[in-house]
Amino acid sequence: MEPLLKVENIEKTYDGKKVLNGISFEMEKGNTKVIIGPSGTGKSTLLRCVNRLSEPEMGKVILDGQVVLDKTVEKEPRIDLNAIRSQVGMVFQNFNLFTHLSVLGNVTLGLTQVKGMKRKDAVERAMIEIDRVGLADKKDAYPALLSGGQQQRVSIARALAMDPKVILFDEPTSALDPELIGEVLQVMIKLAKEGMTMLCVTHEIGFARSVADEIIFLDEGKVLAHEPPEQLFSNNSSARIRTFLKKISELYGGE
Amino acid sequence: METSSGLMIIWESWPMFLSGTITAVQLCILFLGVGVVVAVPVSLSQIYGGKSLKFSASVFEQVFRGLPALVLLFLFYFGLAELDVSPLVAATLAMGLRSAAYQSQIFRGAILSIDSGQMVAARSIGMSRIRAIKCVILPQAIRLAIPPWSNEFANMIKDTSYVFVVGIIELMRQGRYVVAGSFGNALLVYSVIALIYLFLTYCGLFLMGRLSKKLAIPGFASAGAAMERI
Repeated sequence: MEPLLKVENIEKTYDGKKVLNGISFEMEKGNTKVIIGPSGTGKSTLLRCVNRLSEPEMGKVILDGQVVLDKTVEKEPRIDLNAIRSQVGMVFQNFNLFTHLSVLGNVTLGLTQVKGMKRKDAVERAMIEIDRVGLADKKDAYPALLSGGQQQRVSIARALAMDPKVILFDEPTSALDPELIGEVLQVMIKLAKEGMTMLCVTHEIGFARSVADEIIFLDEGKVLAHEPPEQLFSNNSSARIRTFLKKISELYGGE
Repeated sequence: METSSGLMIIWESWPMFLSGTITAVQLCILFLGVGVVVAVPVSLSQIYGGKSLKFSASVFEQVFRGLPALVLLFLFYFGLAELDVSPLVAATLAMGLRSAAYQSQIFRGAILSIDSGQMVAARSIGMSRIRAIKCVILPQAIRLAIPPWSNEFANMIKDTSYVFVVGIIELMRQGRYVVAGSFGNALLVYSVIALIYLFLTYCGLFLMGRLSKKLAIPGFASAGAAMERI
């Protein structure tokens, strides 16, 4: 079977420094993959290269048979990036909710503006997702008045409403107070179990262990390991990986 | 008595003051309107434009902010005399474009103070850049721009008085007519005019304040206030 998402040999340079140095991986439909690794190793950049919010110099990305990026050929075929991005959900570290819109407004904006849905249908669709993240009673609230955890759940609902083929999570809990992390992880775990295809950059080792099908360990722009969590967390891993895992387990209480 | 006869003349001249006031308000709205229409694309060009667009927008902004209003009025009216431009057209170009230059910087500041994550999020759900500007950036920028924009309004209502030099019969010009007909009682007449300008500025700022409150978004104003911190 063709994989849902195919990322091939991505290379990206920032200020003369090679942040991504030939990254490849594939995702099956319904997969949850977690990308971990020391900071500055290009984890967030890699996510942004998948929907081309960041432009890599080299590589190829295929989503569900559609070419998203192809730097292997001289002249790239015409690609409707907006249409592709509407099929790729993205959840950000800082939520990035539209501050001038209510919860409902945030979730419906893409539906009415990008998908061209009628207002009434968009509201109906949005409410399903707002309910799914447990915020139906907050639908008229504005982002600035919500807690970080609530804001992040709204941003997940905003991504879900677009019916994405895959959702990219860019450190979704890193900006949250410790007591708010749980509510966001719960939503993410639920999504993973319901079969959403998810690619997550996170330091939440507990989440990675319990729901990730595979973990990609990035270090200095390269894939150091790409294997199921039980294998990565076993003692067979390289010293580099074990040291890092030990460190973040202490920090984030992975057990 | 001279004063009482002066008061009489002012009382009897009320239609002239009224007509001058109405003209001043109309001119102010016209100039500010031209200003907004030109300023928004100028500010967007300065932020999102390519090299040449950015450059042209900056040249426009620097020139029109860098010249005195009177010089602009003379340039557009007497300078273009061969084209036979009417005083109103010349004044609208001079004052409208001048206001556009100032307003473009208000909008530019407002847009730049919006977190870059807003644009990224809009693009990530598949919006084109233009749609993102229309649906996400501008609605926020306009709210942030209202307080500094009130300042531009307060300047403009007063600056309409400049255009009497090209022969538009606004409040200042009407004042001159009244003075001429009042045996030169300038102090009294110009005091009345001063009061009218004060009143207009006050009313305008009051309305802007109301608008700002009406458009306020719970919790969002504080984000804007943070921008004003030094």
